[in-house]
Amino acid sequence: MANKLNMRDRYKLMTRLGWETSYQPMDKVFPYDSYEGIKIKDWDAWEDPFRMTMDAYWKYQGEKEKKLYAIMDAFSQSNGHLNISDARYVNALKLFLQGVSPLEYQAHRGFARQGRHFTGEGARVACQMQSLDELRHVQTQIHGMSHFNKYFDGFHDFAHWHDRVWYLSVPKSFFDDANTAGPFEFMVAIGFSFEYVLTNLLFVPFMSGAAYNGDMSTVSFGFSAQSDEARHMTLGLEAIRFMLEQHEDNVPIVQRWIDKWLWRGYKVLSLVSAMMDYMLPESPMSWKEAWEVYFEQNGGALFNDLARYGITVPDYAEICTKEKEHLSHQVWGILYNHTAAAAIHTWMPDDAKMNWLSEKYPDTFDKYYRPRFEYWRDQAENGNRYYSQTLPLVCQTCQIPMGFTEPDDPTQISYRVSEYNGDKYHFCSDPCKAIFDFEPEKYCHAWMPPQQIFQGNCGGEGLPAVLEHYKFNLGADNMDYVGSPDEANWNLWKGLNGSVSGDVKAS
Amino acid sequence: MQIDIKAKEVKPIRHTYSHIARRFGEDKPATRYQEAVLDVQAVDNFHYRPTWQPDKELYDPTRTAIIMEDWYSFLDPRQYYYGTYTMARAKQQASADQSFKFVEKRNLLDQIPTDVKQTILDYVVPLRHYEWGANMNNYQICAMGYGAAITSAAAMHGADRLGNAQYITRIALALSDNDTSVLDNALAGWTDKTQWQGLRKLVEDSLVVQDWFELFVAQNLVMDGLVMMLFFEKLEAQLVAAGASTYAMLTEFIVDWHAESMRWVDKQISVAISESEANADLLNGWFAQWTDAAQGALAPLADALFDNGSEVISSITESLKSRAAKAGVSV
Repeated sequence: MANKLNMRDRYKLMTRLGWETSYQPMDKVFPYDSYEGIKIKDWDAWEDPFRMTMDAYWKYQGEKEKKLYAIMDAFSQSNGHLNISDARYVNALKLFLQGVSPLEYQAHRGFARQGRHFTGEGARVACQMQSLDELRHVQTQIHGMSHFNKYFDGFHDFAHWHDRVWYLSVPKSFFDDANTAGPFEFMVAIGFSFEYVLTNLLFVPFMSGAAYNGDMSTVSFGFSAQSDEARHMTLGLEAIRFMLEQHEDNVPIVQRWIDKWLWRGYKVLSLVSAMMDYMLPESPMSWKEAWEVYFEQNGGALFNDLARYGITVPDYAEICTKEKEHLSHQVWGILYNHTAAAAIHTWMPDDAKMNWLSEKYPDTFDKYYRPRFEYWRDQAENGNRYYSQTLPLVCQTCQIPMGFTEPDDPTQISYRVSEYNGDKYHFCSDPCKAIFDFEPEKYCHAWMPPQQIFQGNCGGEGLPAVLEHYKFNLGADNMDYVGSPDEANWNLWKGLNGSVSGDVKAS
Repeated sequence: MQIDIKAKEVKPIRHTYSHIARRFGEDKPATRYQEAVLDVQAVDNFHYRPTWQPDKELYDPTRTAIIMEDWYSFLDPRQYYYGTYTMARAKQQASADQSFKFVEKRNLLDQIPTDVKQTILDYVVPLRHYEWGANMNNYQICAMGYGAAITSAAAMHGADRLGNAQYITRIALALSDNDTSVLDNALAGWTDKTQWQGLRKLVEDSLVVQDWFELFVAQNLVMDGLVMMLFFEKLEAQLVAAGASTYAMLTEFIVDWHAESMRWVDKQISVAISESEANADLLNGWFAQWTDAAQGALAPLADALFDNGSEVISSITESLKSRAAKAGVSV
């Protein structure tokens, strides 16, 4: 009769495999987890956020992959892209593949590093599993979008673009920032702030957007990744709990990281806000509604739980509350103006969409944005579609062009400046300036697209040289949706008005 | 007879991603493996210096001394991306699980003579710590390596090593009727018993190797090459002859896994060596140095396990050398 082992004990035996090294000193074997100042008294106090041995992992994940790839194959075989609401929708996917999928890869590498370098074995194993999951996500996303790439522009050089194109510097610098930080800061940045607090603001808009717009391939990925994401959330929460309970000196460090990373994440999500409110032909909810549900309500409850450790809601939360009325409109305006240098299409909303925006933003849309957008639409219809030919000033921290307004005055652009080593650095907001001011020696190195272009590091002088350096197919990857090959092909496939007779328009 | 299903024909405007088409020299369909790994890692315009290694870029080809014109030459002959990898391992684990159930249900391990059981507990079970070291080293290769082709495969290989450690743990628990003290004893053997100290020192020395490709040679070619042969060929044959054939059912996962993984390991070695003479010199040096150290480290274990320990060590070293020579190493 076999002795019984409970799950918890059994899992410990399956993962606590380390030993105190003696032929090489422990601090040489684990050189990275002490320099940030986080004090760990006892790694044994780490509570496993989930208990999955490798055989179970292979079994469940293999099963999920089998199903997901079957759906992707069926989607391709049946030309599933013809069932989406409208070809404008595809731009949300372009943004995802260019801006988010490379971050999944970055997460894979970041969690691999922590999965090797945390001294505690339980934390290592959990990070290793997340590292594998993130590899799954980047690869399944590339595979899922592979079909769209065959029929639409704006997908085909995503990796090249991610390293170069100005608006992709926003997500790239975010993850470079996290991956160049120490292991504990990485866990607060990605494990907690991004995967736990903000994930619903990234994942849900894209996946619900896919569901609302008939994209069964992407929505299947979303469902399939859900259980992975649930594991990632529990890891992020455990990492925070562990740091806070290990030593009271950790609390102010963790608080500063939470403040920094929720803001960094929030600024990345401003791209998502524009996607939600403007790119989706059928919108499941507005950015403002999503912010209220997922940050103000759910995040509020979380911070109530963390209050017992002395953790408080970042004091800039009030700025976000004010900005939720403006964010998506301002970002869409920036993207619209700079579409000549972007691998997405933009357009001005039609009347139905404008009315939806009025309804969702009763206090701001009609007052500040509708008149502007209607004017731009009229101009475009009269053949004067405006494309900015100049380079914008970009925030040194979040790298978004400085088009945001003062929290209390939506008619005044918000500018902040710091000086460091005799140079001036520009910021879009107080929190972005504060992040720089705390670590100027890090943020002064940021690879700033406009400055790099002016220095001649992006193909040469003038927009055409830069776009060639970007490897854009001109007039296909960039510019307005109206008049694009995407539009022409869509009309042709769907037999819609304005379809050009003849063959598919190749870019 | 053929049935023609009429479907709307919609012509694609391209067949794969441009970074892949540039590698092909033309736009043609790519495999899922190719799309999953090629050029997936960022290579240019990093924003900040790593606070944990400020003299390098975030992804930096100079974390190893070898130099490659194209880091995506390190392709995987198994063409593993996450999907094919997990589906393959899921199948293998199902069959391993079947074996464990079969053996446990019939109490087949009771047939193994006590002294043979003890040999397994003393001389195989401590390898769960060896596998843990191998897990760490492969995640190090993933974290510090360059190019998504070799680093993604290293992550899977690292996960495999955790799996191996867990299968060894299961064997120990099955042999002892879930008496967890056998694991404590195995740890004590690993940390304190004279015979294990050579191997433990070798593992600890590998944990501080800075050059990730040297680490690849040390761990995945040399140390694994010798350790797998010593314990899962030579010792296993001796154990089976002494009445432990059911035990061999439980190591099947590890044995099959090693046979499969060698294809990947040897391919990476041959790619690095055939790139340049400078690379070949480095690999030859690393191979010689680590083989020398590993031979010495394993000698006390071989002496404890075999009447002709030194012959066993020579024979497995010769096998490793001929395997390495096939991959291009000058031995």
